[in-house]
Amino acid sequence: MIGLTILGAVLALASLSAAVLALLARSTLVAVLAAGLVSLFASVMFLLLAAPDVAMTEAAIGSGLTTFLFIFVMGRIRREGTQ
Amino acid sequence: MTTRMAIPLVLVALLGTVFFALFSSYTPDASLNLTASYYADQTVPETGAQNIVTAIIVTYRGLDTLGEVTVLFLTAAIVGLVLSQSKAPSAHAGAGGLPSGELLQTGARMLVPVILLFGAYVFINGHLTPGGGFQGGAIVASAMLLMLLADPAERFSHGLISKIESSAGLTYVILGLLGLLFAGGFLDNKILPLGTFGSIFSAGAIPLIYVLVGLKVGAEFSSILTSLEETEDAE
Repeated sequence: MIGLTILGAVLALASLSAAVLALLARSTLVAVLAAGLVSLFASVMFLLLAAPDVAMTEAAIGSGLTTFLFIFVMGRIRREGTQ
Repeated sequence: MTTRMAIPLVLVALLGTVFFALFSSYTPDASLNLTASYYADQTVPETGAQNIVTAIIVTYRGLDTLGEVTVLFLTAAIVGLVLSQSKAPSAHAGAGGLPSGELLQTGARMLVPVILLFGAYVFINGHLTPGGGFQGGAIVASAMLLMLLADPAERFSHGLISKIESSAGLTYVILGLLGLLFAGGFLDNKILPLGTFGSIFSAGAIPLIYVLVGLKVGAEFSSILTSLEETEDAE
């Protein structure tokens, strides 16, 4: 039980620092990846709280699809900027 | 400190107070409440599903799931409608830009089949293991997105995507109506035999419905992504 609490606190701190990194990062790519990391930590947290279904949704949509979508849009901006 | 900076700080402080009040007054329930204990006790005998969450989403709250899928469909339709106003470039028009890297192309070629297979596994096993239609559909759509990332000139057939989407939606509603005719009500899963508990062909119509939801969600996300890819800025 106490181990779970410590793990939860570590996860909360890690996702907070990833969120701060996403806000402060100079490079957009790092910011997008850090925002995906927040979702990944959140999904591990849901897994700890015995909600594996919610954890899968968070990992698939929050950290997978959204991060990919941001990178995809950044690629399009770069592509159209060169034309 | 200027007023422009002070107002957001006051708002954040107020929000923090609300969340702190919620957090400090929270005590976990010692036992399940009435609805939750009904689900926990009755799900297995009534629906035969091993994953209680799936049984609630697909059977007890099946109408809500139909509504969610409809909302997603409306979103995809509106995105398509708005983006169809700008002209769509012909196939391979995007190939003039920067090519994506060798690493991404090779990795995508290896990973896309595996991701598609995993997505299908997640929604077929929705009644046995965590996950289901929405998660599996999102995984399938992220495989499509990976293909688009590796080759921006890739074109998917819009006709195929909308055929999958609409036939899955139609079959979902027909299954629900069959439940009204042959079982206890709309979207009742007992139109098919419940089968052996824990096997892949069990829990009545739940696996069938979740496969349809998975296909529908995957097709909807993919159609949003392809319409985002295939439009270009109005000149």
